[in-house]
Amino acid sequence: MGEVILQMSKIRKSFPGVLALDDASLTLRAGEVHALMGENGAGKSTLMKCLFGVYRRESGEILLSGREVSFKSPREALDAGVAMVHQELNQALKLTVAENMWLGRLPRVRRLPFLVSSEKMRERTRRVFSELGLSIDPDVKMESLSVSERQMVEIAKAVSFDASVIVFDEPTSSLTEGEAEKLFEIIRLLKSRGTGIIYISHKMNEILRICDTVTVMRDGRHIETRAAEELSVEKIIKLMVGRDITERFPKREKKPAGELLRVEGIGGEYSRLKSASLTLRSGEVLGVAGLDGSGRTELIEAIFGLSKRRGGRIFLSGREVMNRTPAEAKKNGFALLTEERRADGIFGIRDIRDNITISSLKKYGKRIILDERQMSRDTKEYMKAIKIKAPTERTKISTLSGGNQQKVILARWLLTDPRVLLLDEPTRGIDVGAKHEIYLLINRLAESGRGVIVVSSEMPELLGISDRIIVMSGGRVAGELLASEATQEKIMELAAKYA
Amino acid sequence: MPSDDKKLMNDGFFYRALRGVREGWSDFRALTPRERRKKLSTLLLDNAMLIIILFSIIIIAILRPHFLSVASIVNILSLTAARLPLAIGIGGAIVLTGTDISAGRAVGLTACIAASLLQSSSYLGKMFPNLATLGVFPTLLIVILVGALIGLVNGFFVAKFKLHPFIVTLSTQLIIFGLILLYLQIGNNGGQTLSGLDASYLNFVSGPLFKIAGTPVPRYVLYSVIICIVMWIVWNKTAFGKNMFAVGSNEEAARVSGVNVFMTIVGVFMLAGALYGVTGFIEGARIASIASYTGQNYESDAIAACVIGGVSFVGGTGKISGIVVGVLLLQIIFVGLNFLSVDQNLLYIIKGLIILLACAVDMRKYLRRR
Repeated sequence: MGEVILQMSKIRKSFPGVLALDDASLTLRAGEVHALMGENGAGKSTLMKCLFGVYRRESGEILLSGREVSFKSPREALDAGVAMVHQELNQALKLTVAENMWLGRLPRVRRLPFLVSSEKMRERTRRVFSELGLSIDPDVKMESLSVSERQMVEIAKAVSFDASVIVFDEPTSSLTEGEAEKLFEIIRLLKSRGTGIIYISHKMNEILRICDTVTVMRDGRHIETRAAEELSVEKIIKLMVGRDITERFPKREKKPAGELLRVEGIGGEYSRLKSASLTLRSGEVLGVAGLDGSGRTELIEAIFGLSKRRGGRIFLSGREVMNRTPAEAKKNGFALLTEERRADGIFGIRDIRDNITISSLKKYGKRIILDERQMSRDTKEYMKAIKIKAPTERTKISTLSGGNQQKVILARWLLTDPRVLLLDEPTRGIDVGAKHEIYLLINRLAESGRGVIVVSSEMPELLGISDRIIVMSGGRVAGELLASEATQEKIMELAAKYA
Repeated sequence: MPSDDKKLMNDGFFYRALRGVREGWSDFRALTPRERRKKLSTLLLDNAMLIIILFSIIIIAILRPHFLSVASIVNILSLTAARLPLAIGIGGAIVLTGTDISAGRAVGLTACIAASLLQSSSYLGKMFPNLATLGVFPTLLIVILVGALIGLVNGFFVAKFKLHPFIVTLSTQLIIFGLILLYLQIGNNGGQTLSGLDASYLNFVSGPLFKIAGTPVPRYVLYSVIICIVMWIVWNKTAFGKNMFAVGSNEEAARVSGVNVFMTIVGVFMLAGALYGVTGFIEGARIASIASYTGQNYESDAIAACVIGGVSFVGGTGKISGIVVGVLLLQIIFVGLNFLSVDQNLLYIIKGLIILLACAVDMRKYLRRR
């Protein structure tokens, strides 16, 4: 590792009523991959926002290559060689890859500076891509790329600015394991070029594999910085939450009972789902593994009637159900937690009560006018039962943390008293503490005799919470494994079967 | 949390408001002078519309003291009442992140139908000379159904084909105008202005409810109040209302949650159409002389009123009380400008500027949150 390139020390930032950062520090060296860890609300993003000038720090200093800096905007930081690859990619999907790379600094035709030179743009994009070993066509539209390819473009853009510091914010949260491997390769390449990397993630194993140093924050403070090889998953969790979490994946007492759900050969009319069958027993947690694009999300969306089905039959307790629309599926006792919380989960400008009761309004509106008292009572009850942290039941959902928002959507479905829960990436982007609580909740649901199907791209999670795992590949079920016999290797092997 | 604070939290609106003010003030005092200035300027900008309007009222009242006489105030309130059902209807479409520019023409058509069916039998230019004057209630029912039918068409195209409401209502607005022109050609009318309305109709709508200091308050003020109350219940206390806000806030999430998005959208537009029908019925008797241009541009006033009243184009948010305030403030401005004898042509420019400013101020609130 080289000399110190970025030093943030004693950063302090407060918002009315909240001290978000108090004595937060971070030292990054050239060629170092430095993990920044902490639960949601620990101050990681606030610290990064202070670095990029989104927030103005109250005190403390930031030295970049020994010179004090104080960026006023992310663009200013970028010009100084400090870049960020965001969790949610902000790209112009209708423009080409090359245009996205050079947006805001489009190369011009030499003699006619009011004209953009597509030639130069393409040429420069190719140069950066070949440096990074990327094989993406600079002329295709951004929207035709997969999420991981888009992320690669974002990284290439950072490289094109000659960034000496690149911050990755949850880069693998929407990638499959295979895509994540590709990302790690690029990170290793950047590292060897002497780039300093700040890596924000909730995935422990990943961090222990690729990071050199780990800094843990809690309650806006710097808690500990240590070499990664001295740490283990348990040690990091302990530092993050400030106490021991005995088991990462809590065990269930009861064993699954008889068949609850049987799906026979369903395909998607417009999706990549070709034909899939599965059975789910009551009290069982069935994991669905597979690469991105394997049809795992499409499978549960088809079961729920969210996307049009082609062929196939669905039986609930031996009786055939049609599930043509989500409304019908809900009536039949199905519940779906979608992958994209912000896009199709929450009603951002409504309060918690509205968000929880929206799927159960029939229950409260027997005499046309809704029984609001009962709605508030039930909302409060669920907030207590699954530990949704918020001032009142009328608090706007958009002010809650990701984990709490996820619990609100879960509560929405629990209120409908479903028999089958379809959970797509239920713990994506939420912190360790909240993850643990969601695992406990899944266990409780299974033990009450419901059936739970969990789609996840985090294999340790699938192995930890499922009874059985089916692996999707190329729109079909490639195989089925008992969780007790499954390993990551076996799953990967099946996932590649039809891919 | 201390127990008496907990009690306050569970108490009614008044205590909550009081607590809010108390906390707000103590928060404010804890700030540095620079933050205070920023907070104040934000507060001023967020309420810019309200401040400008209140300011104009004061100026107009000083220049023309008669502006605040009983007769003038009753006039403003009556005008507000006449436009409220229409504005509430459009408000629903805006909550869905849409809009409805066919509203004005829908009012025009329903006003024509109401007037034609309720012309006095002794009137020589009667559109349907062989038809007895229909009763007030059957006519009201007919115009409400016609309005709802227009809403059904609008809502169907929006919900089924995912067209933007702007495009859909831009088209239906033209179609309705054509229908108005054709309708006025029917029978003895020959494209003339519809007048000679039956006394029962005029009295039902515009007859005095009661008098304030000698100035009669027309009956339609009462109808408008009833509509506000009913619509407040529909928006806030029914599953339909909750679904409307949910679809406006995040259509995809509403679908996943099992909300019938199609029916919700169609329902909102049909309800809006029914309210245009009511507005047309009231306008018919209020103006008492209905021509093809009746109702023209009503939608722009209504949209402006909604935005001033906090029904945001962001979707999923808005209150009936806000719309009432919005319509009222706008009418005050218009009447005030008349008092100042401002040129009619200038009024259009002022209205346009008001809509622009109101939308800009509104968007500012939502943009800041990112």
